[in-house]
Amino acid sequence: MQELLKQSSNPEILKPLLQAVKEKAAEFISLYGRKPAFMEVCGSHTMALAKSGVKQALREDVSLISGPGCPVCVTDQHSIDSMIALAEGDGRIICTFGDMMKVPGSRQSLMDAKINGKDIRVVYSPVDSIRIAEENPGKEVIFLGIGFETTIPILAILVEEAYKKGLGNFSIWMTTKLVEPILRHLLNCGDVMLDGFLLPGHVSIVLGEEAYSFLPEEYNIGGVISGFEPAELLSGIYKLLDIAITKDTRIINDHPSVVTKSGNVVAKQLMEKYFSLCDEAWRGIGSIPSSGLSIRREFDQFDAKKKFKVDPGEPKKTKCRCGEVIRGLINPTDCVLFGKACNPMKPVGPCMVSAEGSCAAYYQYMRECN
Amino acid sequence: MEKRISLAHGDGGELSHRLIKSVFVEAFGHNNEAMFDASALTIPVRDIAVTTDSFVIKPVFFPGGSIGKLAVAGTVNDLAVSGAKPLYLTCGFVIEEGFEISDLRAIVSDMAKEAKKTGVTIIAGDTKVVERGSADGVYINTTGIGIYENGRKPSLQFTEGDAVIISGTIGDHGIAVLAERGELGISVPIDSDCASLNTMLLKVCEEIDDVRIMRDPTRGGLATTLVEIAEDFSLTIVLNESSIPVREEVHGMCELIGFDPLYIANEGKAILIVPNEHKDKVMEILLQFPEGKDAAVIGEVTGTEKGQLLLETPLGSKRLLTRLAGMMLPRIC
Amino acid sequence: MCVGVPAKVIEKQEFSALVDVMGSRTTVGIIFVPEVEVGEYVIVHAGQAMSIIDEEYAKESVEEWRKLTDARTS
Repeated sequence: MQELLKQSSNPEILKPLLQAVKEKAAEFISLYGRKPAFMEVCGSHTMALAKSGVKQALREDVSLISGPGCPVCVTDQHSIDSMIALAEGDGRIICTFGDMMKVPGSRQSLMDAKINGKDIRVVYSPVDSIRIAEENPGKEVIFLGIGFETTIPILAILVEEAYKKGLGNFSIWMTTKLVEPILRHLLNCGDVMLDGFLLPGHVSIVLGEEAYSFLPEEYNIGGVISGFEPAELLSGIYKLLDIAITKDTRIINDHPSVVTKSGNVVAKQLMEKYFSLCDEAWRGIGSIPSSGLSIRREFDQFDAKKKFKVDPGEPKKTKCRCGEVIRGLINPTDCVLFGKACNPMKPVGPCMVSAEGSCAAYYQYMRECN
Repeated sequence: MEKRISLAHGDGGELSHRLIKSVFVEAFGHNNEAMFDASALTIPVRDIAVTTDSFVIKPVFFPGGSIGKLAVAGTVNDLAVSGAKPLYLTCGFVIEEGFEISDLRAIVSDMAKEAKKTGVTIIAGDTKVVERGSADGVYINTTGIGIYENGRKPSLQFTEGDAVIISGTIGDHGIAVLAERGELGISVPIDSDCASLNTMLLKVCEEIDDVRIMRDPTRGGLATTLVEIAEDFSLTIVLNESSIPVREEVHGMCELIGFDPLYIANEGKAILIVPNEHKDKVMEILLQFPEGKDAAVIGEVTGTEKGQLLLETPLGSKRLLTRLAGMMLPRIC
Repeated sequence: MCVGVPAKVIEKQEFSALVDVMGSRTTVGIIFVPEVEVGEYVIVHAGQAMSIIDEEYAKESVEEWRKLTDARTS
């Protein structure tokens, strides 16, 4: 199996595969007189495309537009400021994914708050925060729950564990996001012209292939569910080109080794049990109805938003254009701040700080080299 | 003797005396130099190299070494990559009140062992004790003095086609230490690469006429060190991603937590840039040493005008590598 | 959106399993894949096994790439 997995980055496969994609793209271009445009919905795809060099290699052949799938980047400034304000309170331990630490708030980041003496802990596995709550009965332990559908079921496990153990000092600050509502929003706005979506392999593990049937059925646009290794990315793009050329608009599951038709039933049930739909504010877009999940009323005691009063004030205004980047309207390099006032050491917006943010991916991997 | 360090061990009185005698003198030996406030040295050449480094590491003992071994090897390597033969070391200790004396003994013994192995003499030392909570266990500073025996230093003159070599797998130290801390609940069965490289590197300098530069890619890893070289000397360096040696375990840990081995610390590796025509000879020398058994040619200097480091991926695309920006944190997205 | 890594299951308990990622080992939750067996590969995200990797499908994908590439090299 290990050998099998390695094939996805085997240069002997990659180079001819790349050639195949280039030829397919040429076919599209000769048919339509323009480059095909696909959106990679997922931030990890943005990162993987840039890191492996797929995006650079296809610069002349396919425009790959980064979508709204980086959970850190789509979190709006007010939410970011609220989480930081939450961390500033006394007697609290904030547990977070490392991704959130350097995200710039209007006044400071979580990293700054930690340097200033606040107890903020980076965890790899969210269930560690349950252990931390048990070990610190005198403190309020709050997990910052960001993420899309891959991560949300894991947050549901937290609520379940805390409930079973009767933890009185544990809660989650939820700012989760869902894939379907944001895709619908983008398509309804219609300000990005797309020939198809490269769909997120890991989110699809939970959601299943069927979750995307609304794309061809309601919007007449196709998509390919793809993995993250170079060969998987190339194969996914190849199939997107095929759909676009044949006009056989549909969803192809190109990651069938882990993605099934209906997804992970246990994960979906857990989400349903503990969470219900809520409106969520998206950076640069505003509130989208029913685009996130919050903790059900029965489990209020684990909802940090109900438990703690936080007033972060008005977010500081900047020239950051993350919102437009997230919607695929502009490239990171179109923002005047990019690479100058905004860089990974001094990020202005979250897209520059998150490892899978479009701006960070551009800064790290896509800047012109000659 | 007492089990733990107390503030009195740092007050210069009887306890200080006993600590120095029973821990430091016992391990390092009693040299005449230690009787005076300063050591008088005779240096046989005109050109010397001096370097200083402070060592703070958590945990102080880790697979493959300890802060003691690191404090010697780290400073020895800084001299060795400059082409100098290390001769003398001084060491300064800052110890937290309550630190176990048996641990201190083990650390000092590691220093003595590594010093002996590398042929350096520890000629001066100092100990300070700070209140509990004012330091984390023990910190060590070492200063090293080395000599340029044949006047042969890396030339720092580069031409297109120069080969870039790394003396072994990257990221071992950073990952071994991170795993040993246990905070992430991931175990990685590897040792830190912590090792003195002076014998190996001096052999290269003896045998090869025109070594361009040698550097040890410690904090910030291979990429950060090479970016510095590229910028300092206005070189375009292209690395070949698939030829960079990374242990499977390091790769696995990095995948899990979203780290990049290119940016992870090494403590027993050297980057060598050498004329293309000598690269096979250099490789031959490195491969003779246990510290160099995984050495590989990983790239070349392709230009001498613009300072930039590029990575060629297996697909053939090139991308720019930059310095490590801030610290790496485990991530899920 | 999410980092996911293939890992081999080494030992299985009721709700967790010890997994191996190219030699690095860690314990992950298996609430979402209770049927997983020792020796199988899973995708790990944030300390949880999210999905079992189907070897047959993985093979098919590689074969598909090979077909695409063979058609070009022959």
